[in-house]
Amino acid sequence: MDINTIKSAENLVYAKPRLLNDRTMHYCPGCSHGVVHRLIAELLDEMGQADNTIAVAPVGCAVFAYNYIDVDWIEAAHGRAPAVATAAKRLNPSRLVFTYQGDGDLAAIGTAETIHAANRGENITIIFINNGIYGMTGGQMAPTTLEGMKTSTTPYGRRIDLNGYPLNITPLLAQLPGTCYVTRQSVHTPATVARAKKALRRAFENSLAGRGTSVVEILSTCSSGWKMSPVKSNKWMEEHMMPSYPLGDIKAADRPE
Amino acid sequence: MKKEIIIAGFGGQGVLSMGKILAYSGLMDNLDVTWMPSYGPEQRGGTANVTVILSDEGPISSPVLDTFDVAVLLNQQSLDKFERKVKPGGILIYDSYGVHTPPSRTDIAVYRIDAMDALASMGSAKTYNMIVLGALLAVCPCVPESSVDRALEKVIPERHHDLLGINREAFRCGRDLIKS
Amino acid sequence: MNSQSVDEAKHEEVRLMKGNEAIAHAAIRYGVDGYFGYPITPQSEVLETLEALRPWETTGMTVLQAESEVASINMVYGGAATGKAVMTSSSSPGISLMCEGLSYIAACELPALVVNVMRGGPGLGTIQPSQSDYFQATKGGGHGDYHFIVLAPSTVQEMADFVGLGFDLAFKYRTPAMILADGIVGQMMEKVILPPQRKRRTDAEIAEMCPWAATGDPRGRKPNTITSLELDSATMEQNNLRYQATYRRIEQSEQRCVEYLTDDAEYLVVAFGSVARICQKAIDDARAEGVRIGLLRPITLWPFPSDAIAALTPRIKGILVVELNAGQMIEDVRLASLCRVPVHHYGRLGGIVPNPGEITRELNRLFPEAFDASNKK
Repeated sequence: MDINTIKSAENLVYAKPRLLNDRTMHYCPGCSHGVVHRLIAELLDEMGQADNTIAVAPVGCAVFAYNYIDVDWIEAAHGRAPAVATAAKRLNPSRLVFTYQGDGDLAAIGTAETIHAANRGENITIIFINNGIYGMTGGQMAPTTLEGMKTSTTPYGRRIDLNGYPLNITPLLAQLPGTCYVTRQSVHTPATVARAKKALRRAFENSLAGRGTSVVEILSTCSSGWKMSPVKSNKWMEEHMMPSYPLGDIKAADRPE
Repeated sequence: MKKEIIIAGFGGQGVLSMGKILAYSGLMDNLDVTWMPSYGPEQRGGTANVTVILSDEGPISSPVLDTFDVAVLLNQQSLDKFERKVKPGGILIYDSYGVHTPPSRTDIAVYRIDAMDALASMGSAKTYNMIVLGALLAVCPCVPESSVDRALEKVIPERHHDLLGINREAFRCGRDLIKS
Repeated sequence: MNSQSVDEAKHEEVRLMKGNEAIAHAAIRYGVDGYFGYPITPQSEVLETLEALRPWETTGMTVLQAESEVASINMVYGGAATGKAVMTSSSSPGISLMCEGLSYIAACELPALVVNVMRGGPGLGTIQPSQSDYFQATKGGGHGDYHFIVLAPSTVQEMADFVGLGFDLAFKYRTPAMILADGIVGQMMEKVILPPQRKRRTDAEIAEMCPWAATGDPRGRKPNTITSLELDSATMEQNNLRYQATYRRIEQSEQRCVEYLTDDAEYLVVAFGSVARICQKAIDDARAEGVRIGLLRPITLWPFPSDAIAALTPRIKGILVVELNAGQMIEDVRLASLCRVPVHHYGRLGGIVPNPGEITRELNRLFPEAFDASNKK
């Protein structure tokens, strides 16, 4: 059997999504960003939103998200993505508008913008990549860094008396009347990837239908920042992150039963 | 004609809105007008003042002035502050209510009005500033009464136009204070 | 239509309002797509007036009270990135918070309008009028090597007119524009003729006019990204050179000022905004004494009207710059006059506004020979 027979259309079981371009990603091996990017690119195409999307990139590792997914992007100042998205959506109400933010961007410097956009019920989706660390700047403490977790600014581990508690912001956002759907997912196994995709689709549908703010937290790994292999990172996330940040839907007011 | 007028008193006496009606009257009369208020917390209790300039001599330059043609001073603090800023030959109108040291200048025309006393006969405490405005325009007729009438219709929201009558009555009451 | 009804029609359009209110009315009339703001004295009437007028029911304009000035300016950034005509307004401390956002908007070459109704600083300062944000407005404010167009209104009419002018220039050059007013112009009421009502731009018009915008519909073009990030220094230098080329074009074409009695002037006062009007009265008084003195009022503070000052300099014996600050615009006046003539400064600080007599006394003190000569005539 030659390669061209193998590559024939009837044998195709998976293809790189059309909206994910060929640029080499800057993400580290094992990083969750690549998987989430792929899910977004697939969904925008599947949902027919390629020509109807304004995406808002953060400051952090995902600052270059605009380099990989071929839709219109606005790169926001650190933490301000929900404010940027607020205006983009209000002035272009028929568009699908989402932000893509890390934990430092969303839960530290941008806490005010996050809470107020969610509380206003802006018809946007907030995709929140939580890996408990500042990856882009070299592994400093994030608001979601676990107690005892070593980072470059907590070299002896996060101490509550010095650094305060890890900020579990997603349940907090679920309490706001403006949010309709708040969920926490991960993308470290095929099953969780499938569930994360479903959650993202549901969030995008909410945004298009004008049901309020949807928040999809994706618990993620940072092999470089955590200084572990990708496989070990996945295991560490299950053992250490998930007890503090359990997976599952936190609020589902978009589908009142 | 150019009249540079300051109106000063307690916040709540309607100083700013009196200035506003005067400015609107000027507008109705096709004059150039500038209404420059003191602003901020002063509005809420302290002393407030407003400078109104009416002119048919072209665009008004400075909205901030050293001296005034007419000063309407409705409490002691305002008298203390602005009496000396009336131009020689100018006009000072003051309400005697609560004033322990009346103006002493002799190079200006001083009019004492008892508007607070007159207010008692009006039945509406909110028309005080219209009594004062009536007195001011009796002394210094820089806009005709018909313009004030039209200004009132502009300044008072339509849903409150039932109050036009009492305001006009207060205006005439103030005018008569000067006549008597 | 007979002449009387024409007059009436005109009369209908003459309104009496505060400068801050004029900004709001003019924004609706211009067809602005969005206003995002946060209350701060002495400019809260802009947001209050817009909320009272409910333009979303008429022109479809979006009005939103944001959670902070930081959010406001980033909403402006987000709206401008999609090609919409968007604006905010604030006063000095709020503008400080917006400076980061302004740097991003300048870097992304986005059109937007920002109004600063200045109050006295530094810090929380006072709510009274000031011009102490001249440096911040004209020399940057935020980080990086950027400028934006700064318009200085001195009347309520100009508050209204500069909304349209600001947006026109902002879209022409793809740069933010600022109306730099002060508490006097914001709070005083004067007659104003509002511009005619324009329709907001349609999405098709925006796509045509702003091919760079992240409108969300990339059909017929490549997807657009609005970003100020460029990690490759060589490319970032090129970006900077492009910004600078735009700034030079603006400097060449958009210097604006008003000269008053400068034809035979031997002495010159330079002042902007409401202070220029205070100075005008002082100049009228000096002229009445026979002093040959004139006024130059910059309308654009950036680009600074250096050419006009340079043209006057050879026949001027002395310049007085009057500002509500400790000496900021005076630096640009000195540069424009190449220090060939003595340039003096008179300023009041912290919210104190000088009256015309103060300016006259200062002119007497600085240029006694001018007053002496006039007395001899």
